[in-house]
Amino acid sequence: MNIVVCVKQVPDTWAERKLKQGDATLDRESVDGLINELDEYAIEEALQIKEAHEGEVTVLTMGPQKASESIRKALSMGADKAVHLIDDALAGSDVLQTSYALAKVLENIGFDLIVLGAESTDARMGSMAAMLAERLSVPQLSLASKVEINGTAIKVNRQSEDGYWQVEAQLPAVISVVEKINEPRYPSFKGIMAAKKKPMQVMSCADAGIDTSLVGLANAATEVVDFTERPPRQAGTIVKDEGDGGNKAAEFLVTQKFI
Amino acid sequence: MIGFQLEPEHEELRKTVAAFAREVVAPVIGDYYERDAFPYPVIAGMGQLGLFGLPFPEACGGMGGDTFALGVALEELARVDSSVAITLEAAVCLGAMPLYLYGTEKQRMSWLPDLCSGARLAAFGLTEPGGGTDIPGGIRTRARPEKGPVNGPANGPANGPAKEDGKAGGEWVIDGSKAFITNAGTDITSLVTVLAITGNADGRHKELSSIIVPAGTPGLTVGQRYSKVGWCASDTRELSFADCRVPQDHLLGERGRGYAQFLRILDEGRVAIAALATGLAQGCVDESLRYAAEREAFGRHIGQFQAIRFTIANMEARAHTARLAWYDAAARMLAGQPVKKAAAIAKLTASDAAMANARDATQIFGGYGFMNESPVGRFYRDAKILEIGEGTSEVQRMIIARELGLEDQAPPLTRRH
Ligand SMILES: Cc1cc2nc3c(=O)[nH]c(=O)nc-3n(C[C@H](O)[C@H](O)[C@H](O)COP(=O)(O)OP(=O)(O)OC[C@H]3O[C@@H](n4cnc5c(N)ncnc54)[C@H](O)[C@@H]3O)c2cc1C
Repeated sequence: MNIVVCVKQVPDTWAERKLKQGDATLDRESVDGLINELDEYAIEEALQIKEAHEGEVTVLTMGPQKASESIRKALSMGADKAVHLIDDALAGSDVLQTSYALAKVLENIGFDLIVLGAESTDARMGSMAAMLAERLSVPQLSLASKVEINGTAIKVNRQSEDGYWQVEAQLPAVISVVEKINEPRYPSFKGIMAAKKKPMQVMSCADAGIDTSLVGLANAATEVVDFTERPPRQAGTIVKDEGDGGNKAAEFLVTQKFI
Repeated sequence: MIGFQLEPEHEELRKTVAAFAREVVAPVIGDYYERDAFPYPVIAGMGQLGLFGLPFPEACGGMGGDTFALGVALEELARVDSSVAITLEAAVCLGAMPLYLYGTEKQRMSWLPDLCSGARLAAFGLTEPGGGTDIPGGIRTRARPEKGPVNGPANGPANGPAKEDGKAGGEWVIDGSKAFITNAGTDITSLVTVLAITGNADGRHKELSSIIVPAGTPGLTVGQRYSKVGWCASDTRELSFADCRVPQDHLLGERGRGYAQFLRILDEGRVAIAALATGLAQGCVDESLRYAAEREAFGRHIGQFQAIRFTIANMEARAHTARLAWYDAAARMLAGQPVKKAAAIAKLTASDAAMANARDATQIFGGYGFMNESPVGRFYRDAKILEIGEGTSEVQRMIIARELGLEDQAPPLTRRH
């Protein structure tokens, strides 16, 4: 089975994230990047599927040079090869454009199953699986907390707040996974060493047949018009207990609309 | 030279182990520590990461890494917790390494794969109740060959290869005891390599040899875990041997070479201990930075007081120096250069740094630093042993002085043979 995992390099969630003053895009240079957390679950799931059913796991990322760090991590975990879509024309692309670009690459490299994390920690759109499925005309099974594959049939527990749906489809398909699905492995040193020797294909827009007049900040369908920095944290309200502490605390919670 | 920089794969390993330490070790280790319990699930996780096989080739089940890989892993673990770090250090440097360096093909293949995977742990028994610094003077444990000829010279310094050791059907019979042996009594301990007197070389000097004693061998009694000041989630035991018999082929390396073997093992082990100590020193900086930005006094964060800022600056300088020292020793070791002095300097510098940083970090934490539940409290308790284990700081100074040509001319006290 040919499994492709789409991964995204995101700014470290622990670091302070900033939008750039000029074009209101995320400042990716000033913070450490790392693999989007949910994508690690996607990689793990792909590896487990491969281990159970044979096949090959390809990592696909779109992003600047720095994103190769995330590719290396995925390869260290055990993915077999990687495709890095890198082109200046792509900078500032929104989710619609990114899904277009990724779909182009996916058409190129072929797939039986595409695995994504349910959302990225930076943009948090959570819509990539749906967009890819639409563009590639394959079913999407999103928010998977469990995946079962039987021949060409794929069965997924689709997590919701109250429980889960059982949904089924035929491969090829796109799935997106939630945290509950597995426990991602740490790359071993052997994996880290082996990653250096694994094939990594670099693709430009031209290579993938991506029309550059459709991608990039200037052609984006959405635009961040303005933003305000988060105000510095205010000192909290201190409730002094003079016998009526409970009431005062409750009143405070009411003013904050917690109760 | 433009500076020490690790290879990219070592940097990646550092990140991986750091994440493991933060996500897997940190949340649970305090509880094991409090209970003086060995953290089996954490050790199993370290095994899955491949940490126990880091410096060994893939042919023996290892990861094909080197001293830097091991040092980086130890540093990142000890940044969070020293008990699991010392378990790894002792298992690799004292347990598995002698087998790898001196074992026959058969010994390697029968023991190393399980040790490299972390499924089993090995220990090295050198120290005795009568002394750890004075080797061979403090050693009383004896192993005598019985039944069947044991090859190798029993009456002179060994110099030929141990041609037929292990082939004849004889046994080694061991009597004596060992003190403070790390990893000697866990449920997954597979063996202890014991340094024992196997003869009297020239009528004056003790002939020392290393012998592999599998866990569970009749005649080997594993004592209770010591109640320790620090390293409380690691396993340290007293061992006693009474008519403890192992097959003759359990001799490790040549008969009579035990002293030389352990000198090399300790030299290399010191680089690893230095890396571990560097980790503890850095962990003190990490915790102090966090606390200084958070704790308030007199209307400010305490990190705004110069006394605190300077203290943390000193701590960072010590951790940095310690790291350079172990990098230097490791680089020499890998290049096949003499490493004795560099290793002693690294161990001395890094254990000093750990001790000083633990004291400072505890001070910065005030009363919370004196609580067992704070990581800093653990750092404080764990630091002291670094100036004692695998050669005390006095020993490191003796080595450095000797390497500088400063010989101890004073006549020794009369030997207590
Ligand atoms: C937790 C823990 C784990 C350990 N794990 C192991 C292990 O796995 N395997 C193992 O074999 N050992 C192990 N040890 C033992 C450790 O290596 C010894 O404790 C150490 O080498 C010191 O030996 P000693 O305790 O006998 O002290 P001693 O040798 O009695 O030394 C006492 C003091 O005298 C000083 N001294 C001795 N000789 C001189 C001299 N010539 N000049 C100046 N000062 C001198 C020493 O530096 C020290 O300060 C462990 C110890 C501990 C506490």
